[in-house]
Amino acid sequence: MLDLQPLIEKFGLTQSEFRGNRRVVVAADRVYSLLETLKNSHGFNMLIDVTCVDYLEYEGATDRFGVVYCLLNMSTGDRLIVKTLINDPTPTLPTVTTLWMGADWMEREVYDMFGITFTGHHDLRRILMPDEFSAFPLRKDYPLKGRGERHNFPVITRSES
Amino acid sequence: MVDLPKQPGLPDNVFMTRLDAAASWARSNSLWPMPFATACCGIELMATASSRFDLARFGAEVMRFSPRQCDLMIVAGRVVMKMLPVLQRIWLQMPEPKWCISMGACACSGGVFDTYAVVQGVDRFIPVDLYVPGCPPRPEQLIAALIEMQDKIMKTGTFQGSEFSGRTEATGPIPLELEEIRRSREAKLVDGLDIFQPPKL
Repeated sequence: MLDLQPLIEKFGLTQSEFRGNRRVVVAADRVYSLLETLKNSHGFNMLIDVTCVDYLEYEGATDRFGVVYCLLNMSTGDRLIVKTLINDPTPTLPTVTTLWMGADWMEREVYDMFGITFTGHHDLRRILMPDEFSAFPLRKDYPLKGRGERHNFPVITRSES
Repeated sequence: MVDLPKQPGLPDNVFMTRLDAAASWARSNSLWPMPFATACCGIELMATASSRFDLARFGAEVMRFSPRQCDLMIVAGRVVMKMLPVLQRIWLQMPEPKWCISMGACACSGGVFDTYAVVQGVDRFIPVDLYVPGCPPRPEQLIAALIEMQDKIMKTGTFQGSEFSGRTEATGPIPLELEEIRRSREAKLVDGLDIFQPPKL
């Protein structure tokens, strides 16, 4: 099992644990160097997931977005969850596609749903919603039923088709 | 079929009928479905077509995956806003005469998926002839719908397809939820985009 103590001192991490999952929170400007260290020096060679949480109106939350990286060391089976907090108006993070190529589509999904820009990503387009969609639907200030986009199509009647 | 009185002097194996009735009889017994199956209703659609329920008994077993060869679209499953332009395009590509069955709760009304991406009923945007309720409907229900469809074609069908020309309005409801109308008015415009501007509700 990875000894987190040197990393906590070096990167200023906050550590917590829940049901055997170890989690660390890191400042947004240090997240890339932390992930680079974890991959190159500690053998976390697989990126399980990149996802995001919107903490708008969440009780006790101080920051707007939390971006979560789930890592796996395939030789030891060690897992680690790295979280970083970013804020409006331009939530931006460096891309990790340079470390794990598998982050490509996951970062595109986070961008599509939450509008978080990953600088250095080679192809940051929407992945689920249509390209013309203008909102970020998983943000908490976006209404569940949308802003009427689902009704915005031409109507084909039987007499004209 | 409508049997007209026999003309004197004709042999027994000659039947008299109208051209409309003959065309509708042929069309209704050889419906070729276009399976637009996007979700679990599609599984029931496959079950209906396979041996236990055997849609072939009603002349509708020829599922074609090219819209050019179909005359009955079966929309089975939910349609999202990214899929709707595809659905409309496939519908326009189908040759006349053509009919549409909206199968299942999601295709008819959006079902439980009342969210930003799911179209709340395909009948808002394409013409639908028949609705099949259920989540998903049993194969028997789909077979009943197909028989109903055949009945409708027999009763209203014309050789020229002129029964379609009167349907100038969408069959689906317009969104009447006040919240939704308010939100669409509040939505911000995006410069340089032609579509996905807030709709005029």
